[in-house]
Amino acid sequence: MATDIIIHDKKDNVGVVVIEKITPKQDCACWIMEDDSSTNIQSVDEIPLGHKIAMVDLKEGDTILKYGHDIGKVVKSIKKGEHVHVHNVKTKKW
Amino acid sequence: MEIPKSFLGYKRENGRAGTRNHVIILPVDDISNACAEAVANNIKGTIALPHSYGRLQFGADLELHFRTMIGTGCNPNVAAVIVIGIEPKWTKKIVDGIAKTGKPVEGFHIERTGDIGTTMKASKKAQEFVMWASEKQREECPLSDLWISVKCGESDTTSGLAANPTVGNLMDKLEPLGVHLCFGETSELTGAEQVCATRGATKEASEKFMKTWSSYNDFILKEATDDLSESQPTAGNIAGGLTTIEEKAFGNFQKIGNCKFIDVLEPAEEPTKGKGLYFMDTSSAAAECVTLQAAAGFNIHLFPTGQGNIVGNPIEPVVKLTANPLTVKGMGEHIDCDVSKILSREMNLSEAGDELIKTTLRVANGRLTCAEALGHKEFVMTKLYRSA
Repeated sequence: MATDIIIHDKKDNVGVVVIEKITPKQDCACWIMEDDSSTNIQSVDEIPLGHKIAMVDLKEGDTILKYGHDIGKVVKSIKKGEHVHVHNVKTKKW
Repeated sequence: MEIPKSFLGYKRENGRAGTRNHVIILPVDDISNACAEAVANNIKGTIALPHSYGRLQFGADLELHFRTMIGTGCNPNVAAVIVIGIEPKWTKKIVDGIAKTGKPVEGFHIERTGDIGTTMKASKKAQEFVMWASEKQREECPLSDLWISVKCGESDTTSGLAANPTVGNLMDKLEPLGVHLCFGETSELTGAEQVCATRGATKEASEKFMKTWSSYNDFILKEATDDLSESQPTAGNIAGGLTTIEEKAFGNFQKIGNCKFIDVLEPAEEPTKGKGLYFMDTSSAAAECVTLQAAAGFNIHLFPTGQGNIVGNPIEPVVKLTANPLTVKGMGEHIDCDVSKILSREMNLSEAGDELIKTTLRVANGRLTCAEALGHKEFVMTKLYRSA
């Protein structure tokens, strides 16, 4: 089955869309690179290629994990399947 | 894949090997650009390297200027050099620095002669040099004569997923074969700096890295007006899905694979600890970074991109790769190696690494890069602070 979303690490709470876009309520196939396992998720938003989807519900102050590492903080709560980007996540640096 | 043990390069007087055979006309300063360009226009097959600085600089900034100028002339991709400056003293300093390699180099200063007289004298010497260089033949050189620098640009999440790990895979395969490798981009390791520090081959290398990064970060915190949200990540990065500097940094960091760095270099500093991976303190702006790496003696560059950076360099061929299928589709004329099939899982990382090794060797052997064919010759000096 084609892969719609790639997740770097098992610990990650976001995945990356690797097809041109996913549409709302799409059932997406996810591949976890770290251990070559698979999972599924239903999208809420339309999300373009390269952009991130929340794999779990996230609340303000939560840490986004990608590559198994801290890449920033949630500044507006995010539901599983929603688009994760600059509108709801900010850097902890600078 | 069995990795070839050699490539066809130009053997230089000092034992290094070049992937190119340029005769360069190097202006010492901004006001000598016109004369250098006139010489390059007169004598076919030479190339002028105009830039914006070289006057009234002082201290560490002036040292970096000389290191970049001399290093560019010394690069093994350069067969011979004409140096042109306004004044004799700094011109001679650069000529003497380059002459240590044993390659033909001659300097000219414009003061008291003017542009026209200098252009005439320098053109005669440039003609002699280019005709001499044109007889140089490519010879079989060991793979360890490759000095490979890397830098990514216009990154997006596909860079961290696939294009940068492809470069990392190449590093993992070529490092044991004795090549020199170099990564930089101090500011774009922010967020991944602690993890990067653990990749120092020695405690000394790790500590030197943290000192370099902290000093850069302190400078950014001092100069930043708010956060760096207009610059890091860039608008292009954000369009491609990158949200924070930390995310960009972990993607960036994939370029070194599992290698450990043996030393930390000053900008444009030539590595002296032998084969292996080096970190260089550089800006993350593409042309500045590649110019510094070329000045340190690196003779071929790998440049993964997401949204499609188009940078080139006048002396160091820049090989571009991308994993973003939209970039391949929209601006394929800039992409030397397409690894977008990683995303559709029709290609694995090791296969992509092999493809990149093949492309790298073809370019080392003489195939033009996309950036060369399109005329990209970005030569950008790094300036540390205001001139006197």
